[in-house]
Amino acid sequence: MKGLINSVSLFWQSSIGKKIVVAVTGLLLVGFLVGHMAGNLLLFAGREALNEYAYFLHHMLHGAGIWIARIGLLVSLVLHVFATIALTAQNRAARKERYAHGATQAASRSSRMMIISGLVILAFIIFHILHFTVRIDPELAEMKDAAGHHDVYGMVIKGFGGPVVSLFYVVAITLLCSHLSHGIASIFQTLGLRTRKTAGATRALSWGITVVLWLGFLVIPLTILFGIVKDPGLDAGHSQSAVEASSTSDKH
Amino acid sequence: MNLKLKVWRQAHADDRGTIVDYDAKDIPEEASFLEMIDIVNEQIIEDGGEPIHFDHDCREGICGMCSLNINGVPHSKERGITTCQVHMRKFNDGDTIWIEPFRAKAFPVVKDLVVDRSAFDRIIAAGGYVEVRTGSAVDANSVPIPKDKADAAFDAAACIGCGACVASCKNASAMLFTGAKAAHLNLLPQGEPEKDKRVLAMVRQMDAEGFGNCTNQYECEAACPKEISADVISKLNRDYAIASAREAVS
Ligand code: FES
Repeated sequence: MKGLINSVSLFWQSSIGKKIVVAVTGLLLVGFLVGHMAGNLLLFAGREALNEYAYFLHHMLHGAGIWIARIGLLVSLVLHVFATIALTAQNRAARKERYAHGATQAASRSSRMMIISGLVILAFIIFHILHFTVRIDPELAEMKDAAGHHDVYGMVIKGFGGPVVSLFYVVAITLLCSHLSHGIASIFQTLGLRTRKTAGATRALSWGITVVLWLGFLVIPLTILFGIVKDPGLDAGHSQSAVEASSTSDKH
Repeated sequence: MNLKLKVWRQAHADDRGTIVDYDAKDIPEEASFLEMIDIVNEQIIEDGGEPIHFDHDCREGICGMCSLNINGVPHSKERGITTCQVHMRKFNDGDTIWIEPFRAKAFPVVKDLVVDRSAFDRIIAAGGYVEVRTGSAVDANSVPIPKDKADAAFDAAACIGCGACVASCKNASAMLFTGAKAAHLNLLPQGEPEKDKRVLAMVRQMDAEGFGNCTNQYECEAACPKEISADVISKLNRDYAIASAREAVS
């Protein structure tokens, strides 16, 4: 047992060990983002679909499921942030005297601002949880649909009604995707899965996921901000989708 | 051709050091970069000054002794060559050239442009060898080695240990060097039995020397005079993960 603990602590202390922790937690977080985005898109299927999905998430495994997911995500996030801050501090210390005349040949812009984009994303996550999960705004917290469930659909549309919040989301999601454009490709390299044969595929996959996430996340605040998606109101019939509702109301 | 040089001068390891301007006059186009510094040094000596100190040995791109960050890039922006292979015909009359030492905490400046790269030797001493004598050169193909493995090992073995990977890395990481040296032996049947032990020892020594951590930006690959691919880093990551897992359970 002592030997095992020793090996694990040596692994965490090593540069590659911490990087593997960053890669594995990053992979879990990317997996979560894909699921989160897909769930969000149910907004376009209407109030009933989105609210039922939210109700399902909150009640799977008798309500334990969501807490297992939340704790898993929190642990991943904490490890990801801890390891990257420790690695960054070591990296700064590894070159005390900077070049008077430096140059960059290969590093992408996104790769050079990972710690900045990461810290902004961290601030955004806290804001986002307060906004839509904790719901510190009582107006958003108390919304109920016809079934008496929390009205996620109405909350999202109301939450993105103002330009300030929507624009903050646009900026934060864009930074998140900048982070992912380097981060996803790095997962393959750090886990040793990038080889001469797979390099092209890993690059394509990382860009593909990044672009899909960027579009999938931004389509919601933007369509709401520009009034393409409107809340038809609780009486407008739950089965009717918001897009249909807004286009019929446009005809009046 | 006439050039303006901005050269890092530092009298000794504890000196603050600073960039000093020099005029390099009447430099022949066919001169090599190091010959250009030789010419400037002759002038400095004639004027009674201390010549610019820099490392060099073979001057034909095989020993890995020459260093220098030239206009921000180790061994200059030219791909696949060492500083001693840079020629003045690649510059234009009137150019300003910045010349700085390879910078990393693990490569302390000894004097001017000379840095101490013995951290690399200690990484090799930690595991970059095969512990037993594997005999004199045997008949070709008496130990069959698949062609792709032989090629990959050969590519990794091209490393001359110059330190350009560290100097170019935004984090002064030595992963390309360590990855190349480990891959070269790990891929071959003579090195295979000690693979786990080697990888763990070399990575631990690399960390202890105070090199930074790789952030997968591939500056090293672009600067490497032997154009070693960052695939060796991916392989080192994989081998380290496997070796750590085996160490933890065995
Ligand atoms: S002096 Fe030997 S490689 Fe440049």
